[in-house]
Amino acid sequence: MKPETVNKLKISANAAKYDVSCASSGSNRPNSGKGLGNASSWGICHSFTEDGRCISLLKLMLTNYCIYDCAYCVNRKSNDIPRTTFSVKEVVELTIEFYRRNYIEGLFLSSGVIKNPDYTMERMVSVAKDLRLKQNYNGYIHLKSIPGSSDELQQQAGLYADRLSVNIEIASESNLKMIAPDKNFKSILNPMNTIKNKIIENKEERQKFRHAPRFSPAGQSTQLIVGATPDSDQRILNLAGNLYNSKNLKRVYYSGYVPVNNYDKRLPALNEPPLKRENRLYQADWLFRFYHFSINEIVNDDHPDLDLEIDPKLSYALRNPWLFPVDINKANYETILRVPGIGVLSAKKIILGRKYSKLNLSNLKRIGVVLKRAKYFITCNELKAPTINELLPENVKKILLSENKSVKQFNKPLYKQLSLFSVT
Amino acid sequence: MNLFIYDQTFEGLLTAINDAIDLNIKPDKIISTKSFQDDLFATKYDIITDSDKFDKIWNQVKEKSNEQNCQRIFKAFLSELSEIEMIIYNYIKLIIDTPYNVEVNFSEDSVIKLNNIQKKVGREAQRVLMFVRFQKTVDDIYYASFDPKYNVIPLTVAHFRNRFADQKWVIFDTRRKFGYYYDLKNVCEITIGKQKINFESGKVDNDVLHVSEKLFQKLWKGYYDTINIKERKNIKVHMQFLPKRFWKYLPEKDFKNTLVTS
Repeated sequence: MKPETVNKLKISANAAKYDVSCASSGSNRPNSGKGLGNASSWGICHSFTEDGRCISLLKLMLTNYCIYDCAYCVNRKSNDIPRTTFSVKEVVELTIEFYRRNYIEGLFLSSGVIKNPDYTMERMVSVAKDLRLKQNYNGYIHLKSIPGSSDELQQQAGLYADRLSVNIEIASESNLKMIAPDKNFKSILNPMNTIKNKIIENKEERQKFRHAPRFSPAGQSTQLIVGATPDSDQRILNLAGNLYNSKNLKRVYYSGYVPVNNYDKRLPALNEPPLKRENRLYQADWLFRFYHFSINEIVNDDHPDLDLEIDPKLSYALRNPWLFPVDINKANYETILRVPGIGVLSAKKIILGRKYSKLNLSNLKRIGVVLKRAKYFITCNELKAPTINELLPENVKKILLSENKSVKQFNKPLYKQLSLFSVT
Repeated sequence: MNLFIYDQTFEGLLTAINDAIDLNIKPDKIISTKSFQDDLFATKYDIITDSDKFDKIWNQVKEKSNEQNCQRIFKAFLSELSEIEMIIYNYIKLIIDTPYNVEVNFSEDSVIKLNNIQKKVGREAQRVLMFVRFQKTVDDIYYASFDPKYNVIPLTVAHFRNRFADQKWVIFDTRRKFGYYYDLKNVCEITIGKQKINFESGKVDNDVLHVSEKLFQKLWKGYYDTINIKERKNIKVHMQFLPKRFWKYLPEKDFKNTLVTS
């Protein structure tokens, strides 16, 4: 490894940093024999950057040269930025050396498209292959599939990687075509389908032959950029819900658009990335995956966008006051899960704990329920306090907002004032 | 006042608890020889650690609840908190005295207390897995210092042995002055003199560092700085996930000091 690599690595990291996927979980790859590394099924973060994101994987671009010109992308071919290309050997060495020092949990490799999709994909696959076969490395590998590359290469990629992903980026095809003219939904959904089918085939095969090699054991994921196009939260979440259901995705990531190409007039002029919206989308995603909510309950035609001031669960409760108050000592698990301020863990603890004695407020507090929010939506073994039905939803919202100090900072204007006409 | 004095070991504590239950005496305090200060007015019981007594109480707890619950008690013990002995005594007494498995009865005070402590210990152990940073030395041993709040390094050894099976490594607890060494075959407990390692900074002296080590630290630091998205700066969350007390052993946070000494 040469000292010049420091610069190369910086260029590559700069090019790769806007991809938000960082999960290293979901794959349980044991260390076979006396090799290096294992993939732990719960995932481990190894550091945190000043933007508050975790570093679990070494995120690299094999190259940041690209033949495409997508408006939202920092690596688009019309951008005048430093470019670099790693050799397969360099990426392998960096991964191994960082891994041995416990800096990272594995590698997340993506690439700009050079020459053609197959050529690019082939080089990425050979990094994974080298790591697994030559270095005897069992740590985590996430490969970004290049749309348009052959099924044969996808197959190989899945054998060496723990997770594959294809990024959709934009939630509606018409908007995608507008800002990324080289891409279309078909070229993205095709590899997604291939990967999905291979994962299913592989599962069946492994039921017959226990030692059949595993195909992308941590599944596949994708990313949607938020705020680069006028797509509503309803559209984004419906697409995400469909992907979870029909493509068996493990994760959909939402990435608040960071204005990297401000000169491009097809993109909105944002003051700062829409971080609060991104946060609310993740919360909604969680409600869908872990809280038994349907997408239609979170966003629908009457309510197409998430409320930025309050979280989607509270927002749902305020819109449906007739479902409350919930009796903590009698209601079933699904009902308790819908109470604002009660998470999956506390809900489970409530179900277990109430077998022994009726729970009161102080029990709930010790279980970990956020009473500040929950108290308007529950009754328990305690004197009756005013709930949402006596106070009315709009007042509950006011009270909760006034208690929440962090709200103020989000009232800053999101969009820059553009001066179309110089009116004074 | 009944004062039970044990030898700091987990076996010793469980022996003490066994004796208290057998003698039907409620201890007011269970204390280790290390933190014991003579008390004129107390009735003192010097506990002699006995592995049969330990097994007896351990199996009783296992039968009444399960193996996981035993692990929880052990984790809580590793917290080394000053009142931990009485919390464990109350918890075990409750388990043994209650006809049903009481481990999830969160209306019981000692259940909540023990669970909260063991959760904190587990979290600290997780931090070791996250923030340990190895420095490669000239003799190809990967060395790491750590300064955990609780005595959690023993909980992490299995993880590192599985993961780094083909490299020699040392993880050293600079607060408790002991560590573990893996020699490609076994893991053993070790102590190290101060000669080649600065326990304050956790760093290995330059003359025993592997020639490539500084370069990889520099690569990592460079990567760490660039992967940050400035437009998304969020120091509050950053500090919450990466508290300052861990910074001293992280090359990405403290590389400047290394440059000064080199």
